[in-house]
Amino acid sequence: MKNILNVTSSPHIKHPDTTSGIMLDVIIALLPACVYGCILFGWKAAVILVTCVVTSVLCEFLWNLILKKPNTIGDLSAVVTGLLLGMNLSSELPFWMAAIGSAVAIIVVKQMFGGIGCNFANPAIAARIVLLVSFPGAMTRFVEPIRHIVTSATPLAGLGGEVEGLEPLSLKEMFFGMRSGCIGETSAFLLIIGGLYLVMRRVISVETPLSFIATVALLSLISGDKLSVAVFGGGLMLGAIFMATDYTTTPVTRLGKLIFGVGCGLITFVIRKFAASPEGVSYAILLMNILVPYINRLTLKKPFGFVKPQKEVKADE
Amino acid sequence: MAKKERILGTVGLPKGGAVLPHLKASAETETIVMPAPDVVRIPLQQHIGAPAKAIVKKGDKVFVGTLIAEAGGYVSAPVHSSVSGTVKEISVLDGSGECVVIESDGLMEKDPELKPFKVQSKGDIAKAAEMCGLVGLGGAGFPAKVKLTLKEDSNIDTLIINAAECEPYITSDYHECMESYEDVIEGVYLLKDILDIPKVIICVESNKRKAIEKLYEIATDKRDSDDSVKLMKLPTKYPQGAEKVIIYSATGRKVPLGKLPSDVGCIVMNVTSVATLYRFIKTGMPLVSKRVTVDGNAVAEPKNVIAPIGTPINELLEFVGGIDPEADEIIMGGPMMGIDIYNENAVIEKRNNAITVMKSDAKKPITTACIRCGRCSRACPMQLYPAAVDSALKHSGNDALKKLNVNYCMECGSCAFVCPAKRPLTQTMRLAKANLRKETGK
Repeated sequence: MKNILNVTSSPHIKHPDTTSGIMLDVIIALLPACVYGCILFGWKAAVILVTCVVTSVLCEFLWNLILKKPNTIGDLSAVVTGLLLGMNLSSELPFWMAAIGSAVAIIVVKQMFGGIGCNFANPAIAARIVLLVSFPGAMTRFVEPIRHIVTSATPLAGLGGEVEGLEPLSLKEMFFGMRSGCIGETSAFLLIIGGLYLVMRRVISVETPLSFIATVALLSLISGDKLSVAVFGGGLMLGAIFMATDYTTTPVTRLGKLIFGVGCGLITFVIRKFAASPEGVSYAILLMNILVPYINRLTLKKPFGFVKPQKEVKADE
Repeated sequence: MAKKERILGTVGLPKGGAVLPHLKASAETETIVMPAPDVVRIPLQQHIGAPAKAIVKKGDKVFVGTLIAEAGGYVSAPVHSSVSGTVKEISVLDGSGECVVIESDGLMEKDPELKPFKVQSKGDIAKAAEMCGLVGLGGAGFPAKVKLTLKEDSNIDTLIINAAECEPYITSDYHECMESYEDVIEGVYLLKDILDIPKVIICVESNKRKAIEKLYEIATDKRDSDDSVKLMKLPTKYPQGAEKVIIYSATGRKVPLGKLPSDVGCIVMNVTSVATLYRFIKTGMPLVSKRVTVDGNAVAEPKNVIAPIGTPINELLEFVGGIDPEADEIIMGGPMMGIDIYNENAVIEKRNNAITVMKSDAKKPITTACIRCGRCSRACPMQLYPAAVDSALKHSGNDALKKLNVNYCMECGSCAFVCPAKRPLTQTMRLAKANLRKETGK
């Protein structure tokens, strides 16, 4: 026996899961959709994804280096942020814009608020919105898959009905992602596979994605929009499965997650239907991110065997 | 099959909790009895409450079972000698408090004055528990006398026998069920009959198949003519054996904060406590030895040992065949709620059910920032949110801690176990509770 015994507070064993392990699972879940995006949109898509990941990691590394903080790139969260941002961009975007977006995500949205676990908004989503506002033209220039013909609209433009110059796609094409759009958002099939993997690994729970997608689907159905377009035509799958389930910026309790999902769905629908922008998933998640502290406070569970503090107890008697 | 129908499923689904590795390597190895060590150091405080008062002095001759210290108050328990020999000294020892040190003569002679205890009335059970020196053997060490002293107007309708044993490694209760089955069954029926409790629920976790078979015989015994003794198979989920959790699982009743099981009509007894009480009533031999599981990743041959109370832990470890030289952590109890000891001179106490010896991994987990994944909140059996307490402790005052209901925490360790950022959340909860205690001055 060693002469010096370890004395620590219980428990003395820990679950093998770690933060970096969780992030690695998210990366694994995102990869199929990434690879598919590169096949659809070619080398330009790969350049965007690599630029985003490399810039994100580099920004976090430099930030920690300059501010003399412990290095946190090992937790892989910067890789996830970069990957998610890249998947939310068009393959036609100039790579330097993608790099600016990544820098905004990591430095402004994440690190300035205190790094992992402290940011109030999803870095990838906030950065995408910054890019959308700064470079509206470039951000809404998409190409058609394989043929790479430039188009300015994703199938979402045809949400309310036929649009001139936009061929309606079959449900199969929509589901498997043979359509124009952001690099990682097109294939609902692969995104759902990734989501199922995360649920199976207990990284995410199903409440938020299901309530988010169900709300959008229901509202679209009621208002007479094309259901397949509403659900598979935009960034809903990517947003609901991977962005609205980010730990830091979403509620903790199951009830809170449900509220969050329904809220996201509602805002998405309203923006798509009534605002000038064809897509609203990013704005919806960002707006709901801001409400998270309130949702958390409202859905705080009552402890087991709860007794109301003094005053109320007397009233009972 | 009729049999399956008679094994009850849980009434209340336990909320929260963590799925732990079982690691019960000592389950199929027979318990061995450790011979008396040369010297035992018997602490006077082996229970919750006031320490016992020594009634022997240096040079006194004692036998196995001789009373050496009286209960020091209402919530206290007497202490008996675990060996025969001579009292060497009474002194305060590092880590164990005041101890009676007894030199063994190696004969293990029983005290000739010990005789079976006659139980006639309800009050006799509490009396027996007191004279036996019985404390809660599940690990809490709460004097059993207090629990078994029923108020006149008490409305106890359920006796819960706790054989859940939800901590990893530990198998001492399991072995009690298997090897001292007679004492368990007699004890259960004695308690039921004398205390006149209409319903008995024997609770065991689903992963102990052999114990379920064995305990099932209690539920189907001839004496149980009106089918009032039931066996309940609980989901294997930590902390199933915690008192409030097991009451909820077995009856669906919730024990409110600051209340006792008897307030919801229940008495919870650990299975080993029941068997020990019966042994005392049958033979008059008080609690002088304890079955402890010696296991952990630094123990080559995990097994259960019946050791005299007061046996130094290093002698116990030598007896089981030594430990890995790289071992650097000795835990009294299991790895989830056990307490680390800081030197190997510590001794086996009544409430010990395990000694867990660990060798820390070469790659120690590093504590990183909270990512607000909420796993601690979902794992908490009391429905608290430890991560919020963690942040409130750093950034806000006691009012915030009160709002987060930290006083409900029972320190089971589930939150810190599941935390992927490896934050010491259970320690945080303890600190938060201590801060509130400081404020109220209690």
